[in-house]
Amino acid sequence: MTDARASGGGSQSTPPPVDEHARVEAAPGKGGGRPNGAGILGRVGEARHLGLVVALVLLAVVGLVTTPGSFATSSNLVSILALASTIGVITVGMTFVIIGGGIDLSVGAIMALASVWATTLATQSYGPWVMSICAILVGTGAGLLNGFLISYGRMVPFIATLAMLVAARGLAQRMSDRRTQLVQPDNNAIVELSTTRVLGLPLLVYIFAFVVIIGWIVLNRTTFGRRTYAVGGNPEAARLAGIDVRRHTMMLYALSGLCCGIAAVIIMARTTTGSSTHGDLYELDAIAAVIIGGTLLTGGRGTIIGSILGLLIFTLITNLFILNGLNTSDQLIAKGLIIVIAVLLQRRSLETRT
Amino acid sequence: MEKRVARRGFLAGGAVLGAGALVTACTGNEPAAAPSAAAPQAATAGTDNDKAGTSVVIGFSAPAADHGWIAAIAKNAETQAKQYTDVEFKPVEPTNDINQQISAVESLIAAKVGALVILPNDGEQLNQIGRRAMDAGIPVINLDRVFPDKLSYRTWIGGDNYGMGVAAGTYIGKKLKDAGASNPVILEIQGIATLPLTQDRSKGFADALKTYGFSVTAKQDAKFTVESGTAVASNLLQAHAKIDAIWNHDDDQGIGVLAAIKEANRSEFFMVGGAGSANAMRDIQAGSGVLEATVTYSPTMASSAIKLARLIAQGKGMSDLVENQVPQSITLASETITKENVAQYLPLGFES
Repeated sequence: MTDARASGGGSQSTPPPVDEHARVEAAPGKGGGRPNGAGILGRVGEARHLGLVVALVLLAVVGLVTTPGSFATSSNLVSILALASTIGVITVGMTFVIIGGGIDLSVGAIMALASVWATTLATQSYGPWVMSICAILVGTGAGLLNGFLISYGRMVPFIATLAMLVAARGLAQRMSDRRTQLVQPDNNAIVELSTTRVLGLPLLVYIFAFVVIIGWIVLNRTTFGRRTYAVGGNPEAARLAGIDVRRHTMMLYALSGLCCGIAAVIIMARTTTGSSTHGDLYELDAIAAVIIGGTLLTGGRGTIIGSILGLLIFTLITNLFILNGLNTSDQLIAKGLIIVIAVLLQRRSLETRT
Repeated sequence: MEKRVARRGFLAGGAVLGAGALVTACTGNEPAAAPSAAAPQAATAGTDNDKAGTSVVIGFSAPAADHGWIAAIAKNAETQAKQYTDVEFKPVEPTNDINQQISAVESLIAAKVGALVILPNDGEQLNQIGRRAMDAGIPVINLDRVFPDKLSYRTWIGGDNYGMGVAAGTYIGKKLKDAGASNPVILEIQGIATLPLTQDRSKGFADALKTYGFSVTAKQDAKFTVESGTAVASNLLQAHAKIDAIWNHDDDQGIGVLAAIKEANRSEFFMVGGAGSANAMRDIQAGSGVLEATVTYSPTMASSAIKLARLIAQGKGMSDLVENQVPQSITLASETITKENVAQYLPLGFES
């Protein structure tokens, strides 16, 4: 365990590995630990994000040209950020899971379950704080169960989280009796997260920003983050380097569940409800954002900033389509195309680098 | 002469009975509501239609409830069936999968139920199973989403989607016209755009607005969920700096739409809802927000469908009509609920 820190740093210092050979080379225990590794990664990271930033700028230009009156208003930008907050928080957790070599299909369902659990009349009688803590605990608990099944039950992540997706939605439906549960007037403090503004931004946008910053620090500046890259890059090598891979994997899913719990608080604030229909297909949006952001689905490589940029691209597309009065079917086509283009471009840039 | 008087009494009784039973059926969610307690007495007042007759097994199949309206459909059907000692209610597992609904209905046909009440996930796709039940001699009461083939059902009862659009368009058109608006910004938030029912609603809305010389400025589809309502509305509000009126097709997703409006701190317009949820009615009654009215598409139709199924299976007609048999088709009118009449409708509202 003692060398995990240094060797974890090693996995970061080298440019992202592509083939199996390179990955083993870069894996902890084999690669050398260079203390200034993060700086190099940072620069590579910036280059990688350049494409995403360009795409965002292009979309913004489209917005300025097509709907000059309504796109560049501060209230529209606030609205985009507020809209991105829910999936944004989930995307942070998803980034960790995917970098760690897994996948979490249950995020939308866990969020729905957490929102329902927190808005039952019984929970609501304890006030807004208990509701929020309840949502976060339910999310974390469900994530922990995912992680336990995957780590210690040796289930494939796809299967385990698929099972959770189905079961959590079922439980959410059962708890709510398939009804929409309103946040009671007594607990309006929850709703105020979306209606109260500080410096022009709703409080929930700050929650989103806070989660992103904490996520970035954990991934880039802590042992936990380095181990995540190591476990995702080459679990066997990580194990040999003294990392408790199982325990770490379990923690990753718990982290994703925690993010779902926080997202549940945000969705309660935005919609004033808890419902088993919340977060339908969020898993796909979150995974797409992570992939567009340059995280490898095979694990070992990726950044939070990339994922968030990917998500903002998606949110911006939705916004532009509605501002221009176009219908949602075209929106879906556009999103599909963007996923394909993003992955093709990433492949190209990987090939030119090696 | 004597007979005619008897008939009049019979009719009046029928009306009371109808109203009473409807109320009973729809307050099922709120235990011990006052009107439902009074209903059974009223139900036996003037007609023998509600008196116990031949025992009937009524099969029931509907989509799975992931939405307050559908939930109310299932609940209303069950509550209504329980009112009768001569009805055995036999629901099958609700599902949103066409395939599963087909096999569920097949199991009811195999069980030789006396009548079938079916709200199909999709009328086109379940048409053949309705036909098979009819061929097996089981009368099918087609609820809301219609089978294209008339041989597939004995009676259809459902709402008027086009009429719903007309009601909303008329309310908005008249109000804006009276206020002397020219070129008003009118927005429409639809449910699932691909459904024929949504297209009917939109057509009715556009047609009604046209009679006032107005048109829909922009429309977007949500997905009948609270969350999609919030997302779509928050973007739409950004697209239009000044809005005169919004029609939102569905009160369930309307909770989300209203949340987005509150979040954006907008109030320069008024909004009309759709379906008639208890929640929307309470908002209308309070009169504190932008929601001024809602046009009904009431899940009470499920209660009526059970009543019709029972009458058909027992070979009776509707006591308020002259005919000996239940009619082939019944379309409910879409009513406009405003602050003035909301108190009267509140007991019929369904909980989201």
